[in-house]
Amino acid sequence: MKMTGAEILCETLTRLGVRHIFGYPGGAILPVYDALGKSKLHHILVRHEQGATHMADGYARATGGIGVAMATSGPGATNMVTGIATAMLDSSPVVCITGQVSSKVLGSDAFQEVDITGITMPITKYNVVVSRAEDIARTLREAFIIAQSGRPGPVLVDFTKDAQQASAEFDWDACAPKLPVKRIRNNHKQDEFDRAVELLNTAKRPVILAGRGIMLSGAMRKFEEFVRTSNIPVAMTLLGIGCFPASDPMNLGMMGMHGEAWVNTAIQEADLLIAVGMRFDDRVTGDLRTYARNARKIHIEVDRAEINKNVQVDAALVGDAGETLSRLLPHIHDGDHSPWLAHIKELKGDSAVRDIQSLPDSGHLYAAHVINDLWKVTRGEAIVVTDVGQHQMWEAQYYHHDRPRSLITSGGLGTMGFALPAAIGAKFARPDAEVWAVVGDGGFQMTSCELATIVQEKINIKIAIINNGYLGMVRQWQEFFYDKRYVATPLVAPDFVSLANAFGIRGERITSRAEVVSTIESARHTEQPVLLDFRVEQEDSVYPMVAAGAALHDMIRRPNSPLVESATEP
Amino acid sequence: MQTIVAYVENKPGVLNRVASLTRRLAINIDSLTVGPTENEAIARMTLCAHTDERGAHRLEASLEKLVDVLLAENITDRSMLERDLALIKVSAGQQNRPHLMELIKVFRARVVDVAPESLIVEVSGTVDKIDGLLEVLRPFGVLEMARTGRIAMTRGNDLLRPPGAADVAPVTPAPSAT
Repeated sequence: MKMTGAEILCETLTRLGVRHIFGYPGGAILPVYDALGKSKLHHILVRHEQGATHMADGYARATGGIGVAMATSGPGATNMVTGIATAMLDSSPVVCITGQVSSKVLGSDAFQEVDITGITMPITKYNVVVSRAEDIARTLREAFIIAQSGRPGPVLVDFTKDAQQASAEFDWDACAPKLPVKRIRNNHKQDEFDRAVELLNTAKRPVILAGRGIMLSGAMRKFEEFVRTSNIPVAMTLLGIGCFPASDPMNLGMMGMHGEAWVNTAIQEADLLIAVGMRFDDRVTGDLRTYARNARKIHIEVDRAEINKNVQVDAALVGDAGETLSRLLPHIHDGDHSPWLAHIKELKGDSAVRDIQSLPDSGHLYAAHVINDLWKVTRGEAIVVTDVGQHQMWEAQYYHHDRPRSLITSGGLGTMGFALPAAIGAKFARPDAEVWAVVGDGGFQMTSCELATIVQEKINIKIAIINNGYLGMVRQWQEFFYDKRYVATPLVAPDFVSLANAFGIRGERITSRAEVVSTIESARHTEQPVLLDFRVEQEDSVYPMVAAGAALHDMIRRPNSPLVESATEP
Repeated sequence: MQTIVAYVENKPGVLNRVASLTRRLAINIDSLTVGPTENEAIARMTLCAHTDERGAHRLEASLEKLVDVLLAENITDRSMLERDLALIKVSAGQQNRPHLMELIKVFRARVVDVAPESLIVEVSGTVDKIDGLLEVLRPFGVLEMARTGRIAMTRGNDLLRPPGAADVAPVTPAPSAT
């Protein structure tokens, strides 16, 4: 059947199972928008193309499927860059569709022309320009495979306007993907495997480091089986949170710069680390020279380029997390690590007293309290989408996630402005779920224009602004490392309640702990979006903290204060 | 010096991806050669870079992650041949010409162009050999030089063939590529 390139594009997306596209129209992509109007695809009009990519990213992270973003050429495409890089660093399968000027004028600096494939080369898993209508379907099908296979990542496909307008024969079978035939590596090296098994079965103080790769592989069950069989405690990376229930006694909590003190101490004292689907990011390891010096290391990782990148390992098992764990399981003896587990429990006891959550209500509103109350009220069942900064770390510490894909956060790139659009994307992916955007007053102002998208699309998400009047995490660094010289971190914000009202969204301001639970309850029982402006303690800091480049066991702890001394037992 | 051989899709933009990757990894390319293979859809690259073993592993593994790269292999520690080719235009007056010709002969190089005041010398071989010839030609006055950069190939039955290539049976079974 003869169809225009634009029609082929929409038909291909439909056949690939796409239901939602987050985008913004413009001249070079108009033929596609015309075809979109005639298709069953639901297009969500965003307010800025960065929002489109974050929404597609949030959509992908909430389901494990692919998210699709669309923009026009030039500024539309360049506005996507931050969102693409965010998806790249967190291995999120996002397909970006951009319009491009006609192939006849390519390279002539035509109106709204930009070399977007050149610009995004280092931040996409793959990108390509399509300038012929007959190549559209095949290229899109290939893009979807590339985005999701192996270690997932964003793919950008740039369609020239003439390719969208031209007609071509559309035959689904004839446009099957033709990806390059790559070498299949034999990654299952027996000696590495045997060494891993021996290390696993002889370790006295082992710790598993669990990352997002477990979720990307869909290996949550296998992983749990592995933990049960080996009886090895689990530390989580930020992005790994949710792949193993927080409420499980074997889950120690988050590791790294703002990880729990007992987790970091356990890692430093361990004699074996088993890293599964994580990449030893600097925020996780601290100073590499002092990182887990006494520990042998096993690395289970799908991306061969991650092996020995930051940390030299003793056994590298390259492959899908689920498959690799399945191969290991029959060889693992039931481990008895009770002395080690008892020791970690002791470490934990010491930290818990310093924990802000144990403090009695002193009339101050602490962000940690807000987030912990949010966890209690939502019974830990919400999808929480965070921005970047202090509130993100408090979320990781005080909202206990038992389910995979229930925490959506920008880990690798640390993109402020991510929360609100990503939460919108997550809500489209999981309309049944309760979705909360937890965001700081700084990050919220970066993408708050998407409030209009919420209203236009009539979606029901809740927004909790953790408002401390500062760019809090940067202020904290200034407090610790720059003698409290708060340069450019005090932050004037609009009255968020009035702002919400201006968009037609209900808003509430919360200033004391007594109001927290009831306000959250009332927001939850509204079938409308609600924005909550939590006015929290201005100069609170996230503890513990490992300074950038410091050893992982060298943690800045919450200072002792009369408040801490009068702490109650947790 | 690390030597990596890669088979890539023979299409526009692939060289850019490879170059962009080395830039991102902050690895300086010493020499990079690209040429077609017996299969016109596939090109072969030889990439030499100043980096350590760890850097080479990252480069090799990251190269193979690129969709258009079919295979990348670090052959630095394997038994292999390396060849570089140079054209050197050297100043040659009537007086020193005989001496020059003698040196060229010693290096098994060839004179491929003769002009009244200069010669073009073609030499191929290892980098060391070419550098050696260059050293002895320098006093005569090197006017211009063009070098191809290295190509490399593993010896004997250690075959490095693009995936999907028709199997060519070696005399004895090849050791399996890692």
